[in-house]
Amino acid sequence: MKLGKIIGSVMCTAKDPALEGIKLLLLQPVDEKGKAYGEAVIACDTVQAGPGDLVLWEGGREAALALSDWFNTSDATVMAIVDRVSV
Amino acid sequence: MTLARVTGTVVATIKIGDLKGYKLLVLQPVDAQGQPKGRTMVGLDTVQAGEGDTVLIIDEGNSSRMILGNSMAAVRTVVVGIVDRIESGGGQ
Repeated sequence: MKLGKIIGSVMCTAKDPALEGIKLLLLQPVDEKGKAYGEAVIACDTVQAGPGDLVLWEGGREAALALSDWFNTSDATVMAIVDRVSV
Repeated sequence: MTLARVTGTVVATIKIGDLKGYKLLVLQPVDAQGQPKGRTMVGLDTVQAGEGDTVLIIDEGNSSRMILGNSMAAVRTVVVGIVDRIESGGGQ
């Protein structure tokens, strides 16, 4: 998994039926010190995360498996809201 | 499997079911000499590793699901061993 910061959300009325009812979040990958790297991605939400939250997310096949119906098109999914990182 | 050093921990109360009951560790991949390489990642602990330990990690989904015994777990990175000693440079 990777750390990320939620920086916004995305609304889509017309979308793939497999993503129906799933909130889409704008996510900026960050390192363990909170420093941003790379491009922001659109991630599916499973934990009611919101803007400002530090989260754990995963891409690839695990992103699809994290949603309740595994047969979907997600390529990035938020899996946890981080309370604390100690390094 | 690859080598990594545990550099910290992550605490998350709200998380998907697949992650429940596992400690989350911040992992810095390292080479055989212990030099850091690449970006840090967060993995599930299965061996009671702690900060400062050099560990063996699996960073591949299907192998990780085998380790966890859950064929549908949305998990890719798992800590599977604590390294005691590395001997390298053989044949020189």
